[in-house]
Amino acid sequence: MLLALNFLEPYGFQFFRHGIVVATIAGGLCGLLGVFVILRGMSYIGHGLSHAVFGGAAASAVLKVNYFLGAGLWGIISGVLIARVARRRVIGADAAIGVVTTASFALGLALMSRYGQASRSIEAVLFGSVLGVKMGDIVAVSIVAVIGVTVVVLGYRRLLFSTFDRDVAQVSGVRVSAMEALLLVMLSLTILVTMRVIGTLLISALLVIPAASARMVTNSFSRLLWISPIIGAATCFVGMNAAYHLNTSASATIILLDALIFVGVYAFAGTRSRVKMASLGHV
Amino acid sequence: MDNSELIVCEHVSCTYGNAPVVDDIYLTINRGEFVGIVGPSGSGKTTLLKAILGTHPVAHGSIKRVEHLQMGYVPQVETVDWYFPVTVEEVIVMTRTKSRWWPRISADEREAVHTVLDRLGIGEVSQRHIRELSGGQQQRVFLARAMFRQPDILVLDEPTSGVDVRTRHEILHLLADLHADGLTILLTTHDLNGLAAHLPRLVCLNKKVLADGTPHLVLTPEVLEATYGAPMEVLEHGGMPFVIDSARSTLRVNKIVART
Repeated sequence: MLLALNFLEPYGFQFFRHGIVVATIAGGLCGLLGVFVILRGMSYIGHGLSHAVFGGAAASAVLKVNYFLGAGLWGIISGVLIARVARRRVIGADAAIGVVTTASFALGLALMSRYGQASRSIEAVLFGSVLGVKMGDIVAVSIVAVIGVTVVVLGYRRLLFSTFDRDVAQVSGVRVSAMEALLLVMLSLTILVTMRVIGTLLISALLVIPAASARMVTNSFSRLLWISPIIGAATCFVGMNAAYHLNTSASATIILLDALIFVGVYAFAGTRSRVKMASLGHV
Repeated sequence: MDNSELIVCEHVSCTYGNAPVVDDIYLTINRGEFVGIVGPSGSGKTTLLKAILGTHPVAHGSIKRVEHLQMGYVPQVETVDWYFPVTVEEVIVMTRTKSRWWPRISADEREAVHTVLDRLGIGEVSQRHIRELSGGQQQRVFLARAMFRQPDILVLDEPTSGVDVRTRHEILHLLADLHADGLTILLTTHDLNGLAAHLPRLVCLNKKVLADGTPHLVLTPEVLEATYGAPMEVLEHGGMPFVIDSARSTLRVNKIVART
């Protein structure tokens, strides 16, 4: 009884209730998009985009523009820019992403240290904070989750085809560039609504680890699309609770839990699955 | 049989960066033909194929395709990510992007997949992961995917590269059967004896079309030297031309013989 009361204790706080709803939905959403991130070798793009969105968040705070509007627009623009740059092979996509996103990140840091309330809010953006989560965040993450699921269901075969075999998909009439742009926009939006809770620095882990763990337990694309979101959502839910009781950072606890699951699956699944991991060479 | 023009390339040039890869190509593919494009690596075979497929831009000239032309493309097996989490059935069905909005494979589609796989002699593999296939089965699965769209023309990039002799024979017979059933086939190959010599029409390519015709017309020492930039000899074996790479020692012997 006492244990149950203790377990329910954090739910007495509104910020925690809001935070855990946002974190759980965001975890599922990141798990869903993470499948495409790992199979397309986009993990570096996810990492870069979260840094780019940080610049947008800082700029919209200084210009007193709505966070979702300012940072969202910034994120989508950087997503599209990255897609365009990645198609040119002269510089190399990774270098180009490095330039675009770290510059954006540096701009964000500079703006925040000059105009913001300095260190405290920077820490919140970098590592996430459940304290500032409002009803608006729940609405935003829910909308993006609904859009995400709709896009994946309606575009299932086109997304699968263009991910698996870009050239043949194009010959078969799939608009592969549009599919890539769609995924990048979804990725930007996901990062946007997840950033406040998880923080800029750890989002990419939430995009990669659940999907990579799921990849080791299944060889089927369709199963991957629900196992990965379940791992993402479950680790976010459990991680939030654990963080309250252990008095640790929420985002760090979530990512450590994800990492623990990954290590467990890796050890348990044995050599056969290690062969599968070869496809994740870029992660 | 209707042997109308399916694809007409006129004065086609393609570049990669600023360097021209293929230049001033004139090539017509008619319905019911079985055409092989041969040439050394870097001769522009794959680029020309991609231009025909519409995935590589054409810098000059034009490629006219007959209206509503359905092309079934089989990429090189080396370019496929064999660790990708898909089953054979999923690979084949993913080409049907428009008929259904719900991701699940319908009973009709499952039956259609079986029909195609059975026709290619691999009906039993539909539930397997693509990694769990032999070399010949892998090539057949991607052939099945191309066939699933009931194409007017089958386009294959190096169908026998990286496969063993038995698989090469299987592929050759399979393609010959499909051609006999009326399918138009266009492929690239660097395998002169194993594949090219068996085809009814060959196009020798090295930036330009250097020869176009039956193997007997095309596989001659003159044409081959112009295409490959190296001397080659052609023998007759079983009524078919057989190309051998003139070894340097033979060359010296020839020169000595010529001098004396």
